[in-house]
Amino acid sequence: MSNEPVNSGRRKFLTLTTGVVGGVGAAAVAVPFVKSWSPSEKAKAAGAPVSVDISKIQPGQLVRVEWRGKPVWVVSRTQKVIDELATLNDKLRDPDSAEPQQPEYATNPSRSLKPELLIAVGICTHLGCSPTYLPDSFGEQVEGVESGFFCPCHGSKFDMAGRVFQNVPAPLNLVIPPHYYVSDTQVLIGLDKGDA
Amino acid sequence: MLKKLVMGGIDWIDARIPMTETWNKHLAQYPTPVNFNFWYFFGSLAMLVLVNQILTGIWLTMHYNPSAEGAFASIEYIMRDVPYGWLLRYMHSTGASAFFVVIYLHMFRGLIYGSYQKPRELIWIFGMLIFLVLMAEAFMGYLLPWGQMSFWGAQVIISLFGAIPFIGDDLTLWIRGDYVISGATLNRFFALHVVALPLALVALVFLHIVALHEVGSNNPDGVEIKQKKGTVSEEAKGKFTFHKQYSSKKDIMDAVPFHPYFTVKDIMGVSFFLICFAAVIFFIPEGGGFFLEPPNFEAANGLKTPEHIAPVWYYTPYYAILRAIPDKLIGVVFFGGSIAILFLLPWLDRCKVKSIRYRSLAHKINITQFTICFIVLGYLGAVAATPLYTIIAQIASVGYFGFFIALFIYSKNEKTKPLPTRLTH
Repeated sequence: MSNEPVNSGRRKFLTLTTGVVGGVGAAAVAVPFVKSWSPSEKAKAAGAPVSVDISKIQPGQLVRVEWRGKPVWVVSRTQKVIDELATLNDKLRDPDSAEPQQPEYATNPSRSLKPELLIAVGICTHLGCSPTYLPDSFGEQVEGVESGFFCPCHGSKFDMAGRVFQNVPAPLNLVIPPHYYVSDTQVLIGLDKGDA
Repeated sequence: MLKKLVMGGIDWIDARIPMTETWNKHLAQYPTPVNFNFWYFFGSLAMLVLVNQILTGIWLTMHYNPSAEGAFASIEYIMRDVPYGWLLRYMHSTGASAFFVVIYLHMFRGLIYGSYQKPRELIWIFGMLIFLVLMAEAFMGYLLPWGQMSFWGAQVIISLFGAIPFIGDDLTLWIRGDYVISGATLNRFFALHVVALPLALVALVFLHIVALHEVGSNNPDGVEIKQKKGTVSEEAKGKFTFHKQYSSKKDIMDAVPFHPYFTVKDIMGVSFFLICFAAVIFFIPEGGGFFLEPPNFEAANGLKTPEHIAPVWYYTPYYAILRAIPDKLIGVVFFGGSIAILFLLPWLDRCKVKSIRYRSLAHKINITQFTICFIVLGYLGAVAATPLYTIIAQIASVGYFGFFIALFIYSKNEKTKPLPTRLTH
């Protein structure tokens, strides 16, 4: 090496370019580490849609099926329950389903394709517990309302369309999963009509 | 002959790595204030528990099966079939609670004697980072037995991230690696629990101690033992030699070398601690449902929520704050804020006097109300919410945050007592 004075312009340039190229390289290397945490192909495949036979569900009965490891409820609503839904609006946080907790085709007063069947993900929107279905004794939770869902974890309450009551910890209505009726007796949960 | 051989060996090492130098600098010639009381046991006890967790953890890993199918059964296998497996597991599970007991007492010591104040802010920050990593470590460890409370506790905590606007849902999906908590979540938590977080923990403990030894220990009087050169009498300096790192620029008063004075005293603390620790391990290993919760004796089931989900006791104060607020996002913000605000303590306290012994009545009342609120929140976070409890939790949450606000206000012009010129003992 020579004894010439340090060329500080050259040092600065080399330090900067090495730093930038190294930084880009480090960011690129981070991609596989970060991406490997996303759901695997196997997990995605296990999230496939579920078919439910609805011909044997009795009025007022709740049938629980598993979709993507979550409980999905299929609840048969009697005419009395359907009529009651419209009377609850002033007790609910989001009576008109303004928040996007359901597909477009379920953004209606009964939050369903067929008013006599409620299909909802049975997981409380507060912290992920599964609420309890109270077909006859919901009146203890909300006076004058016969049936509904009560979350035992933190006391959130939902009506028979999965709409959340006011003054409970849960912020949102229950999620309505994508679904469609394949025939009069079969409903497919996990897919919108027209999706392959 | 033998002595010559040993001395030669030491010289040989010292010429290659600073062994004797390090020993003197950090133990045999490290100045420690003479007035340390029992509150000063908990730092070394935390180190002891860390070693216990690492050792028992390594041994448990030898028998544990980190998969959704095998985890729960492998815990039963450890408890019933592996020789002394029950003891290793109880040492580990009780050790987790013991860790938080000693860490909370260690932090409380720092709080009452002002050990976080200038120039020890970084020690406090490193300590808070240790506390944070420890909470993550314990949370991930609690998922591993794959019991009902493991599963649903993790479900609740991971859902907290869902409250973050816009990215919340994608973030929770990324953390779980599945649409629900599954084997994918279990395996990544296992990797973090046994490799990544312990490495971070050990590195932070190292930094915590390096920072401590740079500035030196505080003490119950909050009076520095390192004084300006030439201001300390020979009598106050005492008869001990301290490492030149400490004594060349400053005069040191009322101090003794860490070894053998405090190594031996700490071992006495260790004996007392081990009596309590062993009593729990052998007689109440589940800690009355607080260390190991009853629903965890049932395997994880994603379709069945336990009646009452409560976190392990060391998280309950923050959990009570979360529950006290009837809005998910704001609740999560205050939940995070209850930890984050502790990081700011060195800058919220503007008083120059450190120890509670010489501070105002307002400060004593404030620390007392904070302690009461913390314990009340801790109780409320462990029991099912009722309307009355929610109101009490709201009041206690105000007390918790009020501590920091009040401290910031009165500490500016606090009326303090005169400090002694020497340590009192």
